[in-house]
Amino acid sequence: MDFNDTPEQAAFRGEVRAWLADNAEPRRDRPSVSRRLDAEEGLILARKWQNRKAEAGYACRHWPIEHGGQGRPMIETIIYDQEEASFDVPTGFFGIGLGMCGPIMAKYATGEQQARYLPPMIRGQEVWCQLFSEPAAGSDVAGLRTRCHRDGDDWVVNGQKVWTSGAHYSDYGILVARHDSSLPKHKGLTFFFIDMKSPGIDIKPIKQINGGSNFNEVFFTNVRVPDSQRLGAIGEGWQVAIATLMNERLAVGDAPPPDFREVMKLAASCLLDGRPALEDSAVREKIADWYVESMGMKHTKARTLTALSQGRIPGPENSIGKVVSASKLQNVSSFGADLMDMGGVVTDPSLMPASALFQQSYLYSPGLRIAGGTDEILRNIIAERVLGLPGEIRVDRDVPYSDIPTGS
Amino acid sequence: MNFDFSDAQKALKQQTRGFLRAACDTTVPRRVLENGDEPYAHDLWRQIGANESPGIAIPEEYGGIGFGYLELCVVAEELGRVIAPVPFSSSVYLAAEAVLLGGSEEQKQALLPKLAAGEAIGTFALSEGPGQATEANLQTTLKNGRLSGTKVPVPDGDVADFCVVVARDGNGASLAVVDLGADGVSREQVETLDPSRSNARITFDGAEAELLGESGQGWELKNRVFDRAAVLFAMEQLGGADACLEMAIGYAKGRYAFGRPIGSFQAIKHKLADMYIKNELARANCYYGAWALSTDAPELPVAAAAARVAAIQAFHFASKENIQTHGGIGFTWESDCHLYYRRAKLLALGIGSERVWKDRLVSGLQEEAA
Repeated sequence: MDFNDTPEQAAFRGEVRAWLADNAEPRRDRPSVSRRLDAEEGLILARKWQNRKAEAGYACRHWPIEHGGQGRPMIETIIYDQEEASFDVPTGFFGIGLGMCGPIMAKYATGEQQARYLPPMIRGQEVWCQLFSEPAAGSDVAGLRTRCHRDGDDWVVNGQKVWTSGAHYSDYGILVARHDSSLPKHKGLTFFFIDMKSPGIDIKPIKQINGGSNFNEVFFTNVRVPDSQRLGAIGEGWQVAIATLMNERLAVGDAPPPDFREVMKLAASCLLDGRPALEDSAVREKIADWYVESMGMKHTKARTLTALSQGRIPGPENSIGKVVSASKLQNVSSFGADLMDMGGVVTDPSLMPASALFQQSYLYSPGLRIAGGTDEILRNIIAERVLGLPGEIRVDRDVPYSDIPTGS
Repeated sequence: MNFDFSDAQKALKQQTRGFLRAACDTTVPRRVLENGDEPYAHDLWRQIGANESPGIAIPEEYGGIGFGYLELCVVAEELGRVIAPVPFSSSVYLAAEAVLLGGSEEQKQALLPKLAAGEAIGTFALSEGPGQATEANLQTTLKNGRLSGTKVPVPDGDVADFCVVVARDGNGASLAVVDLGADGVSREQVETLDPSRSNARITFDGAEAELLGESGQGWELKNRVFDRAAVLFAMEQLGGADACLEMAIGYAKGRYAFGRPIGSFQAIKHKLADMYIKNELARANCYYGAWALSTDAPELPVAAAAARVAAIQAFHFASKENIQTHGGIGFTWESDCHLYYRRAKLLALGIGSERVWKDRLVSGLQEEAA
């Protein structure tokens, strides 16, 4: 057991550090650039940064050379990400493309399509989004209703998607739709990539409970998609979607702060019964709980990295990540506001400790427990795929989709 | 980055698991639990001694094998998995560590070879009854080489050959080694939540004792011993928590209700997923603690506390929800569920409760930040 890099990894880490020091600002004790800017300005800066990173050979380093990567081991991408985390760089626009759409294009698209679409994706020139969820198909995404039918060399798509991150600034998207309602629900689906500027696509932002709009509703009215943009066979859409979601579970990263560190800092400066809150044993117990969770996830990740750096497939332990981090974020945020007592309701950043980070997270964190698989679905996955418990009894599995009760 | 046990350590784990599966199925802790005349499983303890397991991390110059603490952690996890009813933790994690850290060369030569061979049992006495023991409230005294006072509960105190005692002398808290067969020592077994491991009430009435480490430095030394023991206790707890999860999964797959296996209901699935989550969090913290212990890293106090807290939480949750998953049968004496539930609490309180370790953890973080 040791936590040191191999000499080769250490050399690469040194190279990355030097490059970042020359090209980026270290993180400072202020809101990150992504929090300071609005989405429009952020995207411009993020594209520039992604392009600079790609030119230096640090973006998607583990992708094959013919896809625009460097054909290097996964561990180098991870080392780069670890080092970049200490710098205040604009990020957050390319995660879905690079984490989900890219890998699925690499698996199912033609060589020609890969050569056309993957390199601009890596350089941040083209942004991608994912069109799976629907108003009536969230956790049960295989129950989706958006229809497609064949018309000559094209498919025609009608319906509605929802919770599409970045649809309004995306160039392309991956889409799953139903081509045959007379088949059982998992069997009647087909998968495409589409041009988001196609006629008939209408995008409306969703206003979230925190007032922000990171997601959209996307409406399809007779949108034409060439059959050449189908990924997988007709009727194979569910398998392609599942393969994409597996990538999503790896792509969804750490929860953002606040964590135990921010609570400690806050508790050192807040008074409780006239003493620093950090001296209160109830506060200390909470900090210890969150420390144990944070370190448990950090070291679990180290186990995964060990497997990756030895060329082994990681075990299932990483599946606990989002279940733990999303709830922790919600609990930490709520507790931080509580420590400010009556003043904890104020959200004006200029008046609040940590620029109102706890208050902002309080309103943001419920979404994290839902996005990318709800707490409940993730627990089902752990129980069935990791622990081997029997699957749900499903009343809708072997009947035609059109016969399934919908409640509406 | 290599956050994993080596192939040799994994082989040791498999070998230990195979041996313990054969030598210590649940009938063994149950036998000790039910038989008041058998304070620990003598046959199993003899075999563990013959395997030289107690000496696995004790240096060769003191009669041990001198492997390392990662190897000892591997053995601890397996002993915890089978809730072995033997005085391993008292003798190895506490007594041997105290002697290694605080003992003179003479004391090491005198005590460690016997512990390493499993020929002698050692233990450690801090608690003096209900309530947290602190440096300020110690009642046991050491005066002119004589111990007076009462310690309860002392793990394996009824069967140990010697004991390291935390006592007060003119300079504050000190550690002293006392031969439990000596004059002025009286001891009796006390009933506890987990009779598969014996505990004693020991009264010292001017018993002859020898200082271990410097006078007045005992509390600090005790903390260092407990930091090391915390990682090893946590490994045992982790093994126990895994055993509970395996037991609950087995039952949930085989038990049918409402025409289907109960493991197909989300109420049970989510419960077992939560067990898995807590066990994985504990495993990650335990392995990090094991690394810190094996390298004597400056991170050890915080890493040990985190391992300890996570493992207490995991074993507590897994042992209670294992009973719940079993339903009525899980509440019966015949079911093995209660063996783990009892052991979870015994291990959770030995060397100090969750609350105490959380406080140590945050104090450690404050020191790191300062």
